[in-house]
Amino acid sequence: MLNPTAALLAASGPDNTGLPSVGPDAIAMTLQINGVTRTVHGEPRMTLAEALRGPLGLTGTKIACNRGACSACTVWLDGMPVCSCMILAIDGGDRRVTTIEGLAQGDMLHPVQQAFIDHDALQCGFCTPGMVMSCAALLEHNAAPNADDVRTAISGHICRCGTYPHIVTATLEAAKQRKA
Amino acid sequence: MASEQDLRTDSFPAGIAGAGLGSVTRQIAADEPPPLPPNSELAAIGKSFPRPNGRAKVTGAARFTVDIALPGMLHARVLRSPLPHAAVRAVDFTAAARHPGVRAVLPIATPDDRANATLRYVGAPVAAVAAVSLAAARQAAQLIRVEYQKLPFVVEMNKARAADAPVVHDETTAPPGHPSGFPAAAGLPLDGNVRGPAIVKRGDVAEAFAASDLVVEDEFSTQVQTHCCMEPHAIVADWREDGLTVYMSTQFTVGVRHELADMFGLPLNRVRVVVDAMGGGFGSKSSLGNYGRFAVELSRRAKAPVKLFLDREEEQMDAGNRPATWQRLRIGAKHDGELTAISLVSYGTAGVAVGAGVGNIAESMYACPNFTGAQHDVFINAGPGCAMRAPGNAPGAFGLEQTIDILAEELDIDPLALRDRIDPSPVRREERRIGAELIGWHRRHKPGADAGPIKRGIGVAQSLWGANVQINASCEVRVLRDGSVEVLSSVQDIGTGIATVLAQTVAEVLGLRPQDITVRIGDTDFPPGPPSYGSRTTASITPPARTAAWRVLQQLFRDAALNLNAGIDQLVARDGKIAVRDDVNRGMSFKQAAALLRTDRISAVASRSDDYAGFRRRMGDAALAQQDLGGVQFAEVAVDTETGIVRVERIVAVQDCGRPMNPRQIESQVQGGVLMGLSYALYEDRILDPETGRMVNPNLEQYRLAGPRETPQIDVVVLENYQGQSATDAYGIAEPANIATAPAVANAVYNAIDVRIRSLPMTPAAILAALGKVPARS
Repeated sequence: MLNPTAALLAASGPDNTGLPSVGPDAIAMTLQINGVTRTVHGEPRMTLAEALRGPLGLTGTKIACNRGACSACTVWLDGMPVCSCMILAIDGGDRRVTTIEGLAQGDMLHPVQQAFIDHDALQCGFCTPGMVMSCAALLEHNAAPNADDVRTAISGHICRCGTYPHIVTATLEAAKQRKA
Repeated sequence: MASEQDLRTDSFPAGIAGAGLGSVTRQIAADEPPPLPPNSELAAIGKSFPRPNGRAKVTGAARFTVDIALPGMLHARVLRSPLPHAAVRAVDFTAAARHPGVRAVLPIATPDDRANATLRYVGAPVAAVAAVSLAAARQAAQLIRVEYQKLPFVVEMNKARAADAPVVHDETTAPPGHPSGFPAAAGLPLDGNVRGPAIVKRGDVAEAFAASDLVVEDEFSTQVQTHCCMEPHAIVADWREDGLTVYMSTQFTVGVRHELADMFGLPLNRVRVVVDAMGGGFGSKSSLGNYGRFAVELSRRAKAPVKLFLDREEEQMDAGNRPATWQRLRIGAKHDGELTAISLVSYGTAGVAVGAGVGNIAESMYACPNFTGAQHDVFINAGPGCAMRAPGNAPGAFGLEQTIDILAEELDIDPLALRDRIDPSPVRREERRIGAELIGWHRRHKPGADAGPIKRGIGVAQSLWGANVQINASCEVRVLRDGSVEVLSSVQDIGTGIATVLAQTVAEVLGLRPQDITVRIGDTDFPPGPPSYGSRTTASITPPARTAAWRVLQQLFRDAALNLNAGIDQLVARDGKIAVRDDVNRGMSFKQAAALLRTDRISAVASRSDDYAGFRRRMGDAALAQQDLGGVQFAEVAVDTETGIVRVERIVAVQDCGRPMNPRQIESQVQGGVLMGLSYALYEDRILDPETGRMVNPNLEQYRLAGPRETPQIDVVVLENYQGQSATDAYGIAEPANIATAPAVANAVYNAIDVRIRSLPMTPAAILAALGKVPARS
């Protein structure tokens, strides 16, 4: 049973948003992940990054700062790169989530993925999934980027190994390959 | 020791390719593989093959320690001290233990044990819990009730040196020091918070200074830099009746195994340490760490696997850091530049730990008959420092290389010409020549010569690092009857690319392609490999890999020789074939040769031999090669004298690492070293609040790192520098690439603005203060 205050909140929603009030207990959430509808059980406070890495078993998405400062957790939301640690899973709703696991077409790597391998645009590899998602998103929206466009695309990312120069080279090469 | 009959004499390539490559004769053990020709004559070694684990890393399939989930696995959380110095009076676990989902609690700071009752920095572990979820563990940790008695504290090194400063350690709690410290030898005296000095002496400095034509003297300081590994420190501990398995993000599987065996009284054969993908260490993941012990203890108590990883704030506070340093250098010289005396005094702080010296670079880089060094550790109430990429010599070079430039200016000698005079290394001489040409050293003008508000400058600095080797390093190579090949060692690939290099090394011997070799590493079930620190991995593990491959090939040749009706020593392995050397038509494919094996698998294990010309010295499992590693870096900067912003526009890095095994991976390493050095020079700074002892920027946004926007053009040149020292003649690169960047930038800034910056980081505020445009901040 809801207490009177909670009932009132539920009716008007938090801050009078009209949205339903949920939590703190776990609820079912339906998400669109890499073209598949998935349902996860989790507390509403669970971030998208936590949902991916935990109940969804998609550990390719990394958490390094957990506050939107390093972009290691970058995924696509309706095709746009976002920090999945800064989004609640519950807000995913019907929006299309694409993770690093969903980027390749079967065995065929995305050109950015192949170029990262060919140009050694990775060292330890922990920031790599996020970097790949941002660089691939760039190519989806700009078929002929220049080096500065690539730097802008990854400017929120941190790589402690210092792979930035090779990432720029790789992404420009991927754009060229794609055109050819 | 080998007897005379066991030795043979061979000729090895020696010298720098393209600048006088000759040969050297060595007497070596008879069972060493034949000399390896220069890279230009090889098929796999020295070529830029891609990483075998690259695909896994770009698809998200690579499994890092933080990605591991075992059945029934619990999650642990550590409660940490909110105070910089406190005695724990009481700890009450009642509420925490009762919290739903909690399976084990672990007291760490215990009031009844005086040695453990004192907390000496914000973030020091107090207690830990393991629960069914991370959320439950976090909540339970908050329910632990701790009664603290506040103690006086000090977090500033200068204040900690004062006679009346609060004392951080006494003789019983001060860390003992370690022989390989930077320097932090055991047995040094402790006076208040000051430990040391560690003294090095040669010649007579006082007499030499008196006889010098010129003496320069200056002081330099460097800040605390944190490692900021992207993968946090992480462990999954699985304690079972029949043994302990630990999955850990570590730079040294074998070392962690030894620590665990000692700590928990287990035989080595009951402890297994595993690491697959590893998200960066830079020195901070060299040992088990306190968190590692907590996870194993909790697993033992809960009888379930326990996962423990640090969050970013914990990473910044309690996962190690590069110590802050202060140094005073005096250098005496003759009018022609010849050095007469160097004296060095340093004070550094690694918080509650030791090892905050400025290395051996002032002592060893330049020819100088008289030297004294006196280095001190100062304890403060801050998280423990530890090794970080070129410990000691990175801050050391910031002082030395600026002082050499100061001397050059006083003597009115070009900085490169002075180094040509005083630097005995022929390798660095060649590096200076190459780098000067690339950067356009002739364009370098007098300090502050640009007219406008944006002033450009060019600077140079050099690096020196020991060529370390781990003797306790073994590798197994197996050939299976279907012609597939495996190379096995417990060595771990922390991102440097040793997996690629192992595949290349074995492929070269067997005449296969690197992609034909399966590399299985990062597991103490395999032959013991070296640590991935001290820039020693390649130097330690590639010679035994080549030796093992060569020995297994001789086994394969035995059956093939019979079949081909030839002698074993007539056979060669090349292009996927086993063939008679002078008769290309007599041969068979590698696969066909493998099919002749009597058993399903043949194998050879080899260990690291001594360097062919011997070592300079041995220290337990480690040794120091005869030659040094190093490099010369040039920086070109633009300084905005109105905003104080320093922009590094270009770095030229000319480095040496013996035989380069994979040029593109080495380029990656050098770029990484340069960027870490640039970031150290301009941005990074752990800031402690003197009022509370807390770090005010324990994250990745206020703790500023160089990003893609701050990355300059980086030109990397790597010499092929052969010495005939081992089966591969390959040495390390990661640390030497990190040493020269900050002083090169500092020397370039001086050349731009005619004002010397003696303290890191060179922030806009520091530049404006140095220019006299704003008051200096203390």
